[in-house]
Amino acid sequence: MALLVVRNLRTVFDTSEGPAVAVDSVNFTIDRGETLGIVGESGCGKSVTALSIMRLVQTPPGRIAGGTIEFEGRDVLELSEPDMRALRGNDIAMIFQEPMTSLNPVLTVGYQIAEAVQLHRGVGNNEAWDAAVEMLRLVEIPEPGERAGNFPHQLSGGMRQRVMIAIALSCDPKLLIADEPTTALDVTIEAQILDLLGSLRDRLGMAIMLITHDLGVVAQQAERVAVMYAGRIVEEGKVADVFGDPIHPYTKGLLGSLPRIGGPRRLATIPGIVPRLTELPSGCNFRTRCTELIDDCSGIEPELEDYGSGREAACIVARRTRTRGGA
Amino acid sequence: MLRYLLTRIAGLVPLLIGVTFVSFLVINLAPGSPVELMTDLNPKAGPEVQQRLEKEYGLDKPLPVQYWIWVSKLARGDFGRSFQQDRRPVLDKIKEALPVTLALNVMSLAIVLCVAIPIGVYSATHQYSLGDRATTVFVFVGFAMPSFWFALLCILFFSVHLGWLPISGLRSFDHNALSDVGRVLDIAKHLILPVCISGFTSLAAMSRYMRSSMLEVIRQDYINTARAKGLDERTVTFRHALRNALLPIITLLGLSIPGLIGGSVIMESIFAIPGMGRLFFQSILARDYPLIMGVLVMSSMLTLIGNLAADLMYAVADPRLRKR
Repeated sequence: MALLVVRNLRTVFDTSEGPAVAVDSVNFTIDRGETLGIVGESGCGKSVTALSIMRLVQTPPGRIAGGTIEFEGRDVLELSEPDMRALRGNDIAMIFQEPMTSLNPVLTVGYQIAEAVQLHRGVGNNEAWDAAVEMLRLVEIPEPGERAGNFPHQLSGGMRQRVMIAIALSCDPKLLIADEPTTALDVTIEAQILDLLGSLRDRLGMAIMLITHDLGVVAQQAERVAVMYAGRIVEEGKVADVFGDPIHPYTKGLLGSLPRIGGPRRLATIPGIVPRLTELPSGCNFRTRCTELIDDCSGIEPELEDYGSGREAACIVARRTRTRGGA
Repeated sequence: MLRYLLTRIAGLVPLLIGVTFVSFLVINLAPGSPVELMTDLNPKAGPEVQQRLEKEYGLDKPLPVQYWIWVSKLARGDFGRSFQQDRRPVLDKIKEALPVTLALNVMSLAIVLCVAIPIGVYSATHQYSLGDRATTVFVFVGFAMPSFWFALLCILFFSVHLGWLPISGLRSFDHNALSDVGRVLDIAKHLILPVCISGFTSLAAMSRYMRSSMLEVIRQDYINTARAKGLDERTVTFRHALRNALLPIITLLGLSIPGLIGGSVIMESIFAIPGMGRLFFQSILARDYPLIMGVLVMSSMLTLIGNLAADLMYAVADPRLRKR
């Protein structure tokens, strides 16, 4: 049984210009111990999807307008707030993009870890503190006993992200949602943090939902990948399949815009810009920027269709050409 | 930390010297003199009386000499004597007035904090709700109403119409005949109106400040982190948000120190409270140079010390400012 099953998730933000559909008809599953990468441009709905799973979308203006999110067979959207709190930080944990601002500046890092342990494990102060120190050791922070008494401003960005990971993993979650965990860090620190996440996943056996706009990170860390565009998943499958033989024109465009050693000097780009969420085009969301456009694209909203071996893509053009080509 | 404290205290010395200089200069530049005030309307006092008085008060000497005499006495803790008829030491007059003003304002500030912080937190966590709008209207009514007018209305209603509270002053006529508990109750009864009214009128600033500070904080990433841990809203609000939101309030407290010491001329005049505001006002009317300068120097000194204390409070509350 899959750990997390998201069905037809739809999250809407009510703005002064009308409703903005940040996440629309999103479907995906994550199995136990698996890493699913979610890639896409800024504003494509990756983070809102994550916050929807945690039920942390700010309401108002945001609201989850439809769909189900099943975690271990229970729909988290149906849970009472106390039941949801028991899940948050315990079974599903989350780390955020900005380590510099994600820790409370007036509380020691040890306290911020111990707090989660105490909440979900119901242990005493001393025991929780010891657990916090142990977590700092696990995320490879030197001299964890002393560091636990430090305030966030006394730590570097990489260290703070390690602390965030320590908080997230302190209660041994089954699913870790990592929302661009390395975007704010420089490249060497990024590699360290990703290595750490990978090794901790193997050791603790948790599943990871890895949100990023960095295709390289996905290729390195994830087994499967979902590509999002303007609130929808446009393609999903095993990382090697999707990156090796992209079906959706957007995925092709993304991969085509990667710099390659020995490639052309001028990078290929996807023409146009991401449409505003309050002014999405009819039919396919990507049609205003698509290079493989046909007349039907403005009339039909493409659904994710099965291409075999776990591959899915939402593009009517690909459907026709692939079928005609016998793929 | 100790070094920081010592440098800060050392830095106060030139400031204080500047304060004495400016106080002295401003008063001597102002038109009118205490002697004129005493003799002009007295047909019996001729120029020779004026000269005698000037000599007596030391006003016949050149200004730099006057300043030097005053400052050198001040350095020894001698604030001089009042020019007014009682000729009492300035320090005694300040000693009588300061505790009254301080007590009044500290009490009113305490009430403001006790009411404004919860209002601010509530307004921020329930932004645009009915309660938020209602409290906003409430605090702005207090802000917009002229305090002297509101004070008179309250006196009319509570003291004259209902007869629950005394009209003015700090003590009843029979104060000395009362028991100890009775005396305390008597003063408390006299303080209710001035404390509540000055509190009500300054509620808006503090509560709106608290609201915006809290709104700023609950948008921060670490609040989301706290929620993602599974903490309930109460814990998120009070343990994670409130402490951060209170930091800017310390600045506001530091800024309110001069008001705490200086007192309000309007409130003290309306309620006939013998505080610093009234003392200062009367001393200016009487051109009582030593008293004016004494009040200025004393208020400045206490304000500087208060600001230093506020800075230290900052360091205690915000670990980022603590020296490692």
